Amino acid sequence: MRIELERRPGVSKLFSILSPFIALGLTLIFGGIMFMMLGKDPVAALYSFFIEPLTEIWSLHELAIKAAPLILIAVGLSVCYRSNNWNIGAEGQFIMGAIAGSILPVVFYEWQSPLVLPLMMLLGMLGGALFAGIPAFLKAHLNTNEILTSLMLVYVAQLFLDWLVRGPWRNPGGMNFPETRTFDATAILPEMIASGRAHWGFGFAIIAAILVWFMMRYTLKGFEITVLGQSQRAGRFAGFSSRKMIWFSMLLSGALAGLAGIAEVSGAIQQLRPVISPGYGFTAIIVAFLGRLNPLGIVVAGLVLALTYLGGEAVQVSLQISDKPIRVFQGLLLFFVLSCDTLIHYKIRMMWYDLSETAGKGTR
Amino acid sequence: MAAEGQPANSLLLAVGQLTKLFGTFAACDGINLDIRPGEIHALLGENGAGKSTLVKMLFGVLAPSSGQIVWQGQPVRIASPSAARKLGIGMVFQHFSLFEALTVAENIALSMDPGVSLARIAKEASDLSHAYGLPLDPHAHVADLSVGERQRIEIVRALLQNPKLIILDEPTSVLTPQEADRLFETLNKLKAEGRSVLYISHRLEEVQRICDRATVLRHGKVTGACDPRQETPSSLARMMVGSDVAHVSAEGTSSKGAIKLEARHLSATARTPFAVALKNICLKVHAGEVLAIAGVAGNGQGELFDALSGEYPVASDDVILISDKPVGTRGINARRLMGAGFVPEERHGHAAVSALSLSDNLILARSQSDRRAFLGGGPLGLIRQDAVKKASKRISAAMDVRKSGENPPAGSLSGGNLQKFIVGRELDRQPTVLIVNQPTWGVDAGAASRIRQALVDLAKSGSAVLVISQDLDEIFEVATEIAVISEGKLSDIYPASDLSREKIGLLMGGMYGKTETAETAHAH
Repeated sequence: MRIELERRPGVSKLFSILSPFIALGLTLIFGGIMFMMLGKDPVAALYSFFIEPLTEIWSLHELAIKAAPLILIAVGLSVCYRSNNWNIGAEGQFIMGAIAGSILPVVFYEWQSPLVLPLMMLLGMLGGALFAGIPAFLKAHLNTNEILTSLMLVYVAQLFLDWLVRGPWRNPGGMNFPETRTFDATAILPEMIASGRAHWGFGFAIIAAILVWFMMRYTLKGFEITVLGQSQRAGRFAGFSSRKMIWFSMLLSGALAGLAGIAEVSGAIQQLRPVISPGYGFTAIIVAFLGRLNPLGIVVAGLVLALTYLGGEAVQVSLQISDKPIRVFQGLLLFFVLSCDTLIHYKIRMMWYDLSETAGKGTR
Repeated sequence: MAAEGQPANSLLLAVGQLTKLFGTFAACDGINLDIRPGEIHALLGENGAGKSTLVKMLFGVLAPSSGQIVWQGQPVRIASPSAARKLGIGMVFQHFSLFEALTVAENIALSMDPGVSLARIAKEASDLSHAYGLPLDPHAHVADLSVGERQRIEIVRALLQNPKLIILDEPTSVLTPQEADRLFETLNKLKAEGRSVLYISHRLEEVQRICDRATVLRHGKVTGACDPRQETPSSLARMMVGSDVAHVSAEGTSSKGAIKLEARHLSATARTPFAVALKNICLKVHAGEVLAIAGVAGNGQGELFDALSGEYPVASDDVILISDKPVGTRGINARRLMGAGFVPEERHGHAAVSALSLSDNLILARSQSDRRAFLGGGPLGLIRQDAVKKASKRISAAMDVRKSGENPPAGSLSGGNLQKFIVGRELDRQPTVLIVNQPTWGVDAGAASRIRQALVDLAKSGSAVLVISQDLDEIFEVATEIAVISEGKLSDIYPASDLSREKIGLLMGGMYGKTETAETAHAH
């Protein structure tokens, strides 16, 4: 007996819808087994993982806060990945966006005006885009591998931020803690609705997702992205430039990551610290693929991953376990989602037959 | 199943009711075929008829869904290519699996048992290749060899296993007429030794020339078994296609108009180590002309297409002219806007994106030239799907593109139908200049004749057509003028009526004017 994957003639509509649910089911089963092996009650664990965070208004706000940077970054990355540019350094672009956007409230803290906030957002996008411009330049003109360069620049950004908040940008009245001064009220991104903490970053994420979705679906630019991602040669035949596409996709995703960075700092943290991201830039890669590189799918995927963050924290508190099983759990989810997607394009067939058994059928 | 009074056990290979299903689609449906020792057996059929699927089952690449394979009287199950080789079946694929950076001997060693020394393999290969009239230098690097020489490596590699049956898949599609002649001599030698050859082709003339028996496939079923020498080309074609193939008529293409496409001393350096540099190419195509450029694959055809189409513009403007305007440095869309249309050689991933729908593939070539019709929303560049779909429907109807569904992905179409769409996509614009590289490569006979007729008709209507092709039949069918490309150099242009196949063959080898062709693989 052997197992064969057989390509379906087309995309299976049924499994396009079913596959995430099958994946979720498998994750729950195997996650439950894992919690059981750790000696915890699986039902209670899964409950506090998936359900509890959704039962209270404040935690829904936390969900939006966590999902916002994931969605913003992932939407930008989806454009990169669709066009076959592998930007892995969104974490660095997030940080550089946060730094660039913080120039106004940290260095020019005395200037208070309604213009401050929009300018901060623009600077944040600019900072992220410029930082993503480095691997873009290296790839477009020196043919370097953007996976390596963009990834390595993440560490440059992290150390640069560390140096800033310990050195030149340290809060003079901050008891020598490595932090900048807290932002003035005019530099803080306001809440979206009165019931809780969730700031406009989530709004930006939704708007960005819709705009990019529109671009991919209806415009020639979106078509260009798809074509160049599928085949550079066909793109050249169409007169599209893959070099320009490197710049476009990297700058766009850098700008969105930068916006996520400044929105997070301005809306949630309200000052710069040595660490401002729990790895949003890397998790967003997972979000982008979970959302199947579709901006609207990414909104859902971002919310689901934000939920695993919150649920993970809740489980750590309620079951007294470390964050490692939580990471495993997130890994399980990703693994099952991606492998279940195989079912959209392939059928699984068990091959029981043996050719020698059917040998007699052919002769007359 | 034992055919024509022969007892089954005297047959080398007997295939009974062999079926291969892909989902519900039967690529091979109850195939019966038998091969006698010491015969050259032709497997004829159009593209998509199931020839490749059948031989892949015989060579152990695919497992049959049902049916049986009897090898020398014993039912066998061929689980892998190495099992097939052990039985004594050798195969030469249409697309070679060779490492260009390795030498001939090294490539051969890769398919042999480990532990045999390279020196011994080199010696055996060299002896064998000379014995069969396929001279090879075992120390030459594959990258330096012509396609014909590369094919010899594959054949020698198969012969080293001492096979009883050798399967050749479209072997002559890459050869000059002279190279093909030499291959036929080799095949006759093999036959004289009592080996059998399964010869896959869609070239009727060859099949009639060298094959003892033929099995014809269509839509996965056997539609005929015959002695090809007793048949006429048209009766064989009828078995293959199921209806008479329209003959391309090139009447009335003699009127010459203004020069529409010109290259003046066009040179281009090779972009990659394995590419060919273009050397001082001069050509002129007048309105109403079809200039065909013959040549064996890999002599600069692709590079010439890239330069003429503007996919890779050249350094100076005035080496390429379209309608008398210098365009050398302009991109492909600028040239399209001047009325030029282009059809590259590779369908998948160059002329079309397989995963995208036909209408998307229409935008691929015409987003700028038909900007007004296909795009809206000003700077937003919104694609007008309804207009594009309508045009794509019009093209499919005009070129008789057969497809499943209204707007299927390009990859789901057969080669011939996709090529009809790709050519139709350009014809629909009525281009004043059309440049086509290998218009009917791997395309079934029906589609090929339709495409060729369309090219001839376009020239008749006053456009200039440049056809780059390896297929001499095609060239003689469509061309009014012929030139030959060899190692990046273009020969003079001759009126089609002044050239014979032999003369072209000599030009292809870059040997025009000399009496003999080179005998051995050249080692650089």
